[in-house]
Amino acid sequence: MSLDNILNHWSDYRKAAEDGGFYDPEGNHPYEHRWTMSIDLDLCNGCNACSTACYAENNLAFVGKERFEKGHAMNWMRIERYWDDQEKDYPERGASFLPMMCQQCGSATCEPVCPVAATYHTPDGLNAQVYNRCIGSRYCSNNCPYRVRYFNFYSYYDDAWPEPMQQQLNPDITVRDKGVMEKCTFCVQRIRSAKEKAKMENREVRDGDVVPACAQACPTSAIVFGDTLDENSAISKLWKKHQVRRNVTKQHKENPELRGYRIFEELNVDPSVMYLERVREEV
Amino acid sequence: MMVNEKDINEQIAWAKINTDVLRSMENPRKSYWVAVAVCLAMVATAVLAEYIQYTVGMGVANLNNPHMWDMYIATFVFWIGMSHSGTLLSAILHLLHADWRKPIYRFAEAMTTFSLLTAGLFPIIHLGRVWNMYWVLPYVSDRGIWPNFRSPLVWDAFAITTYLSASMLFLFIGMIPDLAICRDNTTGWRKKLYTALSLGWEGNDRQWRNFRKVYLLMACFLIPLAVSVHSIVSADFAMSIMPGWHITSFPPYFVAGALYSGCAAIITLFIMLRYFFRFEEYMTLPIMEKTAKLTFAIAMVWTYLNLIEFASVWYGHDMYNKELLIAKATGPYAPIFWGMLFCGSVVPFALAFRKLRRHMPTMFVVSILLNVGMFFERWMIVAPTLSLSHEPWQWDVMWGSIVEWALVFGSFGWFGLLFLVFVKVFPSVSMYEVKEMVFHRNMTAGERDVLRMTDHAKPVKQTPGVEGA
Repeated sequence: MSLDNILNHWSDYRKAAEDGGFYDPEGNHPYEHRWTMSIDLDLCNGCNACSTACYAENNLAFVGKERFEKGHAMNWMRIERYWDDQEKDYPERGASFLPMMCQQCGSATCEPVCPVAATYHTPDGLNAQVYNRCIGSRYCSNNCPYRVRYFNFYSYYDDAWPEPMQQQLNPDITVRDKGVMEKCTFCVQRIRSAKEKAKMENREVRDGDVVPACAQACPTSAIVFGDTLDENSAISKLWKKHQVRRNVTKQHKENPELRGYRIFEELNVDPSVMYLERVREEV
Repeated sequence: MMVNEKDINEQIAWAKINTDVLRSMENPRKSYWVAVAVCLAMVATAVLAEYIQYTVGMGVANLNNPHMWDMYIATFVFWIGMSHSGTLLSAILHLLHADWRKPIYRFAEAMTTFSLLTAGLFPIIHLGRVWNMYWVLPYVSDRGIWPNFRSPLVWDAFAITTYLSASMLFLFIGMIPDLAICRDNTTGWRKKLYTALSLGWEGNDRQWRNFRKVYLLMACFLIPLAVSVHSIVSADFAMSIMPGWHITSFPPYFVAGALYSGCAAIITLFIMLRYFFRFEEYMTLPIMEKTAKLTFAIAMVWTYLNLIEFASVWYGHDMYNKELLIAKATGPYAPIFWGMLFCGSVVPFALAFRKLRRHMPTMFVVSILLNVGMFFERWMIVAPTLSLSHEPWQWDVMWGSIVEWALVFGSFGWFGLLFLVFVKVFPSVSMYEVKEMVFHRNMTAGERDVLRMTDHAKPVKQTPGVEGA
């Protein structure tokens, strides 16, 4: 019954940001997995392979140069370039690169504001976006500090993939129409198929079963992906090694030399992506 | 000189009030049809723009990745704000026994309803998939899917529909005695319409007693509703975490801004009705003076709340907020930002001068400027935050396309059209309340005291025929 649904899950509606969403540090949480990512900015050379792979994997529309310049691009995974202060003289000059995609926040600001609950938190620790439910109020994007949500300002399926480009579309996921919000899913279709495969083979999902397109394409292996609930996974070890904790607004590291940090964690959104600072020689 | 000036000619005959108001509803002149044509053209342009946006996509409005909302939501807030005028005049001033509101509250109330009807269009227009808009309403479906009750947009849907239905009802209830007068003085389709709408009003004591009670009840109900509706609209912004939006003082700031723009719009329409309908005897200079003083007071409250906001941002030292404030004042939006402060905080000082308050052309220009300032205010709330939020990579400045502006201007045409139809179909001056006002003012102080004690109170013996139509 539909009324039962809302009455029985009323407490879910009342989850505050302070609760850290579903997260419970005692371990009493409903998570099956906790997919997280780590991006080593010292290894990133800004080649854009991750972005390209993302376009291919997730059926992202090519909007064309004009619309790209207008800010209609659908690059779920984007490489942000930041330029050095011209006043200072660094030994190595040029841009710093920051791959930016949905941070799959633990207490995501996009979730409570959606009027139709089209974006919600999954037991996998992901922010799911239900395209069919989205009515395009775009409040989620307005409330996203990372600005990583992309809106279909036009219908792209007619001209984004001219013949025979449509043949490279990924059959595992949909092509979105106009008026719908979309964003990085941590390649949820790959997570799904890995889980299904594990279920068929009667085993748990192993570390390395799921590799998102960006991590797969990264030539320098700057992107590491995995399940932090699995104590022995590479990603768990990485988070521990860099002493980055979740559900905090400020990291207190024993060793200040450690490079791990999370972007905008002071906003208490609990992002799931850890960045490793670029090592630079000071002047 | 000004001490004994009367709000209204107390010797005015009741029959003259009827004739004057009923005359205003008949024989539209050429200028009326020109105004209707202009409004229709504006609406038609907006409909065309919406058709393009509906079929092509939201991109035609020049919205882009950081600017997901922009002008549509600013206009929405503007019209919601406009809707507070009627409630202020008819409900708050009614409870305060400020009887000078009586000749001018009817059109203000109509303004409330029509601006809500205009405002309600914008959340719909701005949706990416407008055909699914009913999903924000909690209807029982087999799939067990509900709207997200934590979202301020859902609160908006509740608040606006409640306020709209309540203010429509209030407008209608307050008009019943006047509709009966119209019924008794018209023929043809008008007679049929007014007979149906006046609900068998005869003006007997029992009807008046019930009427007064319902009217008072609705007034009391409407005041918290008006405050809450704009607080909830401000929650659209205040509940987010964006710099420039996440501000605790937003609800009172929005309510003050709403009353402000509402009052300014009352002055605009006051002057237009006074001029076009020759309502000089009802919409008098002293009443204009009082409205202007009220507007001035609200303007100062709005200015104060603005200063509080700036000060708390400045001394709060929140990096994002402070940078945004500096960017508003010095960046590409600076002309609009300073225009807002000029129109909103400097221009109202014209209302402090008696000579200017009594000069209708000046007042007309001033009232328009005040609302221009208030439109800028809403723009400056919505757009700069989107342009300059936390993420520097997505900093961008966007100016709306012709489609967006067509819809914004079209909303003024739509509002004007509704209002033009209203003034010719319904009495835009409350006849029975003007009579009441004249009657009260002709009483001695002692009589008035007695009436005030019995008025609205327990049904003790009421002076028969006191408020007779």
